[in-house]
Amino acid sequence: MKKLIISIVLVNLLAACASEKPKEVAPAPAPKAEAPKPAAAPAPKAEVDPLNDPNSILAGRSTYYPFDVSVVQEADKPLVQAHAKYLAEHPNRKVRLEGNCDERGSNEYNLGLGQRRADGVNKMLALGGAKADQLESVSYGEEKPRCTDHNEACWKQNRRTDLNYAK
Amino acid sequence: MRVLQSIVGLLLLVQASMAGAVLSIEIIGAGEHQVPVAIVPFGGDDKLAQSINEVVTGDLQRSGLFRLVDPTGKSPHEPSEVSYPDWQVRGAEALAIGTVAAQPNGRIETRFRLLDVVKQTELTGQAVSASGNQIRAIGHRIADLIYEKLTGDKGVFSTRIAYVNRVGKNFRLIVADSDGYNEQTVLAQNEPIMSPAWSPDGSHLAYVSFETKHAVVYVQSLYTNQRMVLADFRGSNSAPAWSPDGKQLAIVLTRDGSSQIYLIRPDGSGMRRITFSGAIDTEPNFSPDGQYLLFTSDRGGSAQIYRVPVDVGPEQRMTFGEGTNFSPRHSPDGKSFVFAHLNNGGFYVAMQDFQTGQMSLLTEGGWEKKPSFAPNGKLILFASEARDRGILATVSSDGRVKQHMFTQSGDAREPVWGPYP
Repeated sequence: MKKLIISIVLVNLLAACASEKPKEVAPAPAPKAEAPKPAAAPAPKAEVDPLNDPNSILAGRSTYYPFDVSVVQEADKPLVQAHAKYLAEHPNRKVRLEGNCDERGSNEYNLGLGQRRADGVNKMLALGGAKADQLESVSYGEEKPRCTDHNEACWKQNRRTDLNYAK
Repeated sequence: MRVLQSIVGLLLLVQASMAGAVLSIEIIGAGEHQVPVAIVPFGGDDKLAQSINEVVTGDLQRSGLFRLVDPTGKSPHEPSEVSYPDWQVRGAEALAIGTVAAQPNGRIETRFRLLDVVKQTELTGQAVSASGNQIRAIGHRIADLIYEKLTGDKGVFSTRIAYVNRVGKNFRLIVADSDGYNEQTVLAQNEPIMSPAWSPDGSHLAYVSFETKHAVVYVQSLYTNQRMVLADFRGSNSAPAWSPDGKQLAIVLTRDGSSQIYLIRPDGSGMRRITFSGAIDTEPNFSPDGQYLLFTSDRGGSAQIYRVPVDVGPEQRMTFGEGTNFSPRHSPDGKSFVFAHLNNGGFYVAMQDFQTGQMSLLTEGGWEKKPSFAPNGKLILFASEARDRGILATVSSDGRVKQHMFTQSGDAREPVWGPYP
């Protein structure tokens, strides 16, 4: 199941790359997937932050929405719940939830809609155990599109909430 | 865009691309009754750094309400030099003449007269002066006087507009003359800027900036450039709108949940919540008498226009029917409002009469957003798109005359027409 979700996320990312201007491509999770080369000695036991594991569900950092909808979709719930669990276990990590919209609406309406998308993820993370001081939700409305064409292939990439962890 | 091209094909297209212009301007359509008027270049105009004649004729032409009669071969500057039959033969009904000269102190002084060619009388005459770097302002003032005398409505050529210019990830908040010239950068940064709003006296702009990574409302003086944070609560702070007396602003905050409308004084004090819906309530706009706010809300399931009394009273839904509606703004006379109408994938500039409740579309549809009235109520400025760029556009309130203004680079967004100077 996890794999399936990851591949969906990957397909989304690939679709994004295929149809948009290169400069707008969102920074994809860095694919430094290669495990350290098996050395003679056993691998060092430095604890790996699952957030940086590209094979973890936590590598997914966006939730997506139908037009003019702000509730977290069923397909994205496992992702959000996994992040909630991670945040509960790592109380020093903070995440910004950045809501975004497609361009079909006024800028101001979309700012409100993006905020509601971000707040929806925020609420689900809090229910899953994250503390309020780990979470901040903001909106960019339609001001920061990933893709700028006037079509659904583009719009569906722009209707999203990004989970942006503080470094 | 395809729609626009076909309109261009059907209607008269005047292309006025001026050398050194910040914007290039295309005019589509013409007013129902165009007044034929001859503007004789003022005596001394050719000695100025900037031709006043060019500004006056440009303004009148863009309004769509005048037909400019060619003055070639005749150049009277005083009434005594005017031979009325010459102008009657050319079909002019009005004639503007005058002189201009730079004074020893550097000021430019213009004396102009507007003559009725048919009745052979003087309609108006005035001396207009300004400092040497304000020659365009003299031209706009004279165009306003001609417009007012010949149409009966106050001219808006001396007013200013504000908009956001986006080039890649660079955003600039711009204030410019109503013809797009004389642009000044109010704010430049790499984060979005939204929703500029003029104070009623034209001295300040309120706007939304994302420079601290979330939407915050600022108020900035256009004279000193000093600015203050008006609202910076958690979440989004946005959609500033000034009351007609300038004593308060309506803003939208998400600090208590979803987007709701609040009133606040320009110094940030005295905040009071206006809507309590749990829906998205946004884009408040004061009625000219200050009694009501129009706003956008999705409380009924989709975005529509609503109205609420500022003091106390029931909220009222204003728009019905197919599609969704956004960004309402009252007409200066308070009898109607404009808004962006989204239906079948296209955004239109729409207008609705308060009394009849009748909605009419003023444009053919496309990406037409954020309409605002000129202070005389005769023109509506909005954001549009042509040749894959965000542009400024105007449409006359009867829908007959349209104008496209192209900035030099990037997209023009979020335009708003300023008050009378």
